[in-house]
Amino acid sequence: MLVPALAWRSLRNRALLSALTVLSIALSVALLVGIEHVRLGVRESFAGTIKGTDLIVGARGGTTQVLLSTVFGMSTPTGSVSWATYQRWTAHPAVRWTIPYALGDAHRGYRVIGTTADFFTRYRFRDRHVTFAAGRAPTTDREIAVGADVAARLGYAVGSAVTIAHGVAAVSFAEHTAHPFVVTGVIARTFTPIDRALYTTLEGLTAMHEAEAQSGGLMMGPPPTAADSGPAPITAFLVGTRNRFETLRLQREMNEDRTEPLTAIIPGVALAQLWQTIGSAEVGLRVVATLTLLVGMLGMCVALYASLESRRREMAILRAVGAGPRTIVALLVLESTLLALLGAAAGVALVYAGIAGARGLVEARFGLALTIHPLTAVEWAYLAAVVVAGALVGLLPAWRAYRASLADGLAPKL
Amino acid sequence: MTTGPVAELRDLRFAYRTGREVLDLPALDVAPGERLFLHGPSGSGKTTLLGLLAGVLTPRAGTVRLLGTEISALGGGARDRFRAAHLGYVFQMFNLIPYLSVRDNITLPCRISAVRRARAGDPAAQARQLADRLEIGALLDEPVTALSVGQQQRVAVARALIGAPELVVCDEPTSALDADRRDRFLALLFARVQEAGSALVFVSHDLALAGRFDRTVALGALNRAAGVSDPDAAPLGGAPAGAA
Repeated sequence: MLVPALAWRSLRNRALLSALTVLSIALSVALLVGIEHVRLGVRESFAGTIKGTDLIVGARGGTTQVLLSTVFGMSTPTGSVSWATYQRWTAHPAVRWTIPYALGDAHRGYRVIGTTADFFTRYRFRDRHVTFAAGRAPTTDREIAVGADVAARLGYAVGSAVTIAHGVAAVSFAEHTAHPFVVTGVIARTFTPIDRALYTTLEGLTAMHEAEAQSGGLMMGPPPTAADSGPAPITAFLVGTRNRFETLRLQREMNEDRTEPLTAIIPGVALAQLWQTIGSAEVGLRVVATLTLLVGMLGMCVALYASLESRRREMAILRAVGAGPRTIVALLVLESTLLALLGAAAGVALVYAGIAGARGLVEARFGLALTIHPLTAVEWAYLAAVVVAGALVGLLPAWRAYRASLADGLAPKL
Repeated sequence: MTTGPVAELRDLRFAYRTGREVLDLPALDVAPGERLFLHGPSGSGKTTLLGLLAGVLTPRAGTVRLLGTEISALGGGARDRFRAAHLGYVFQMFNLIPYLSVRDNITLPCRISAVRRARAGDPAAQARQLADRLEIGALLDEPVTALSVGQQQRVAVARALIGAPELVVCDEPTSALDADRRDRFLALLFARVQEAGSALVFVSHDLALAGRFDRTVALGALNRAAGVSDPDAAPLGGAPAGAA
């Protein structure tokens, strides 16, 4: 075919200009596809704040409040759940494991969570478990583990002494000085709210409150129980089911149970709902990406248009040897389409290469798990738009050349 | 095909803009194999005439008949095909597609027209033969940008003559050459045209060349359009603008 051969050689002949045009398209495509990848990465990271847990159960309250207080360490717990109820659900045949959460105390503005060893073995975020940068999990009522941010901000290491205040305010007058803790572990950075919390044992919290009571301190917060049902009440618990298909049934059972009113939420659903309300930043990202693409296409239009003036003689030669005006239109449109195609392909390659090269660094620095996934429907639509726009952009100079080649005859006005 | 005139122009009228006629030509014939010198100073309507002759422009009135076919009555696509098959064209300068090699420039008409390809037999072989006889055989694989103006003009002649079209039109092909190279160019051109059996329409403002042709026509005298000022003449006559 004459036209493809001419188009290809013509582009190669103007290699520098062609390369720059392809580069400018590639950069805008890379930005567009890259932003889309980052957007998905952010969404996945957010959805990965808690994984592997089938239900989060708290005292009867709002879905978002249970999620915020348990997973994000924000807002206040919906209330307390008695130890007996917790034990009863743990023994439920559909339940494989549970992790108890006792909230309500703080250390210099960071939340203190009483839990069990199951937290360190069962809890998952993204695709990993909690690990320690130093030390080990707390096992006795005097031991506590700290999140990465807590350790970094407060300068804690294994062996540091910690006293806990009642309530979550940064400045509290009610310090449980009678029962100090010692740091046994620093949790490796998770890029989740775990980094901003301290984890001790349920026994530790109970012992602390008892020591407080004996020394005649203030009596507030999770009320010490009348020593009838064992340990103090907890505020929530996480559930892993034996069979995920039973999750919905178990959720309904918990929500409808009349012994103690509970709210059981499915973390994935609750996170998605929360994302709906806070995810409007996505729109901004998309607007920026689209503007970038427009600028890239404009650059291509300018490059093609600029080359057109110097090519009127070429058009006249082609006309003189018998090429029709349609050949000239086809040539120019094919050239611009080829540039757009090359640019789109190079842009996608750039994104994949960038992610392959930087994903480790990005995850280590920002906790953003970027994945090399096949192009999504949205990204394919972007690419199609780029190529179609490329063809249309070529049509404008081609139309001018067509008109000129008819009007100029064989002597273009140079 | 060789019985009647190669080209037969009758009562041609043309205007780029309404009311400003640039060409009004009662009659002009070109016989087969004839070498016609068309003397056309700036503003005589020569570019327009060549555009009509080549079928790139269509007349407002009158007929252009080539090889018995009234091309002025054909549609655009048919005229393009006719031109590709039966006409060779040499510009004043900037004759070559810059991104094609010398060889590909010469064989270009054979890639557009099946008629030219068939008549050339083996286009590559004929390109080599023509190039050798035009003394540019060593340049076949060079990029055209490496060629001098004289060499470029000879490549253009080879392209115009490949597949032996019945009519070859040259639009001031020697104006950028000095006297020695101009004479050599003409000698080579005449030999090749004679070999191909083509008729030659050669436009120039340089009357000194007229003596070497079979017949001379003064376009300025032939064109009856009043106050003609060729809109294309000035830029072509002046300093060449940068080519692609």
